[in-house]
Amino acid sequence: MTVTDDNVASTAAAAEATVPAASRGERFSSYDVEAFEVPSGREENWRFTPMKRLRGLHDGSAPATGEIEIDAEPAPEVRVETVGRDDERIGAAGRPSDRIAAQAYSSFEKATLVTVPTETKASAPTVVRLHGPGEGKTAYGHVQVRAEAFAEAAIVLDHVGSGTYADNVEFVLGDGAQLTVVSVQDWADDAVHVSEQHLRLGRDAKLKHIVVTLGGDLVRVSPTATFAEPGGDVEMLGLHFADAGQHQEHRLFVDHAVPHCKSNVLYKGALQGDGAHSVWIGDVLIRAAAEATETFELNRNLVLTEGARADSVPNLEIETGEITGAGHASATGRFDDEQLFYLQSRGIAEEQARRLVVRGFFHEILMKIDIPEVRERLEAAIEAELQAVGV
Amino acid sequence: MSSLEIKDLHADVVTDEGSKEILKGVNLTIRSGETHAIMGPNGSGKSTLSYAIAGHPKYEVTSGEVLLDGENVLEMSVDERARAGLFLAMQYPVEVPGVSMSNFLRSAATAVRGEAPKIRHWVKEVKEEMGKLDISAEFAERSVNEGFSGGEKKRHEILQMALLKPKFAVLDETDSGLDVDALRVVSEAVNEYKANNEVGVMLITHYTRILKHIHPDFVHVFAGGRIVESGGKELADQLEESGYVGYIGKAEAAAV
Repeated sequence: MTVTDDNVASTAAAAEATVPAASRGERFSSYDVEAFEVPSGREENWRFTPMKRLRGLHDGSAPATGEIEIDAEPAPEVRVETVGRDDERIGAAGRPSDRIAAQAYSSFEKATLVTVPTETKASAPTVVRLHGPGEGKTAYGHVQVRAEAFAEAAIVLDHVGSGTYADNVEFVLGDGAQLTVVSVQDWADDAVHVSEQHLRLGRDAKLKHIVVTLGGDLVRVSPTATFAEPGGDVEMLGLHFADAGQHQEHRLFVDHAVPHCKSNVLYKGALQGDGAHSVWIGDVLIRAAAEATETFELNRNLVLTEGARADSVPNLEIETGEITGAGHASATGRFDDEQLFYLQSRGIAEEQARRLVVRGFFHEILMKIDIPEVRERLEAAIEAELQAVGV
Repeated sequence: MSSLEIKDLHADVVTDEGSKEILKGVNLTIRSGETHAIMGPNGSGKSTLSYAIAGHPKYEVTSGEVLLDGENVLEMSVDERARAGLFLAMQYPVEVPGVSMSNFLRSAATAVRGEAPKIRHWVKEVKEEMGKLDISAEFAERSVNEGFSGGEKKRHEILQMALLKPKFAVLDETDSGLDVDALRVVSEAVNEYKANNEVGVMLITHYTRILKHIHPDFVHVFAGGRIVESGGKELADQLEESGYVGYIGKAEAAAV
């Protein structure tokens, strides 16, 4: 009986603790790690995350024991530099909004700055490869990508290797800049990666932000988009594929605080195997001042096998009626028997039919990735995922 | 000379609420070169017959046999049936987002023929067949059936038949949703396929109008889950006159 009573008590406490902030706009942010309480896992912000698998990133018990190794292949027009924490450009895109991001902000020693100079069009994609600190080691990092006024470029951040890693990534777009960024999380099986990504758009700037999560034990990426001036246009695309035991979490926040901006979110995930778990949170806030906003967000998940779980929570807050359009949609489904039957009735074997359906599912996103090298690599990675379990 | 024999076929539809018997002992033999029209009122089980032959997971065969040249089709998977030479032109073709028609057709042809068709011949072949069906080239790059009109879907079903060259084709209400011109185009393509291939056709329809374009050798009236009467072309004329009233006890027209 005592056990039952205890359960009741702790359930009540949990219910109290999970009352979310009244509005996403009121979410606390700070550069100071101690300004955040240590999360217990019951908070709205953490309730889907397996806290035990964070290896202490969230409670201050994980000092840096290694470093991220970076090698960059910049386009000739693009500058890549390593700077100290005192560089005044750092922090321009936004403040950490959870304890791990603040921990990373307080803990990194060197930051990587990628700059696309004013009115410069990069002639090739810039690839920055970030190698994890190695199995059993922890590292903190900071990356800032700056597209100055009217610059145009494509940047790939490619995360590979092992270990535990927390970072902040900033994308700072000057007026009229046009930037495509791809953040690929192609970690080894042991890796834990928690990343807050800050997207800040200047006047009439255009950002295509693509998140691709394939590997890792636990990957949690939280992109927040803000607009400094009117006319910004952000497209946020995501593609993730979770295997047995993997936790992949993507928490998006688009903060429309100025008029005449656009946001379009499309995330698609596939899951297979026991304990595969994906979480997608899509918060969009249209503040009172953000008239003529146009926003749409969509999340689709395809559950390929038993034992996998997808959580999807779209959330749209609108504080003004003077908008152009706003909408969201979310759906999670299994293989469509009718589709498989149709393909098989034309002689296509079941295994190949399943692959066609999954490839078709991701096709919409892959077509939007206009960097051929990246697209081809992702197609190959999806193919490998499918082969691994014989789907 | 091939044969498709359906012997005392019983099948249930399987839903969340349980199973319900739809086919109650169907007997029919079709030989290459023959066209059999299966005519019946709504809800008589015509489409179930086509799905049971093709192996749709929603239908469970409880007894009976379907033999293709003596081989039991019911023991084959859906794709094996297609590779053995069966084809079902569906009443409601399924949309498959993100899979282009050209990729789909080539994958299907590769599977059915046992090897990938040579690219240059293939392109020409597809173009030719699409031309016969008045399908414009842009459809090749569109997702399978996605956003197609009813008529466009039906044309593509017949396109698939022409490319996969089955021994037996079941055309399930291919005429429904077609306007007069489209019906003529689709019928001509079926007739041409019949003329140039040793094929047996099972033409399932509610209405007699398609039989003016595709001439059946045999006409069967399907009601209550089985064939209740068989005859020649004259049986269709009789249905045209009097509808299905004699078979189901209430008036339901077979003429348009």
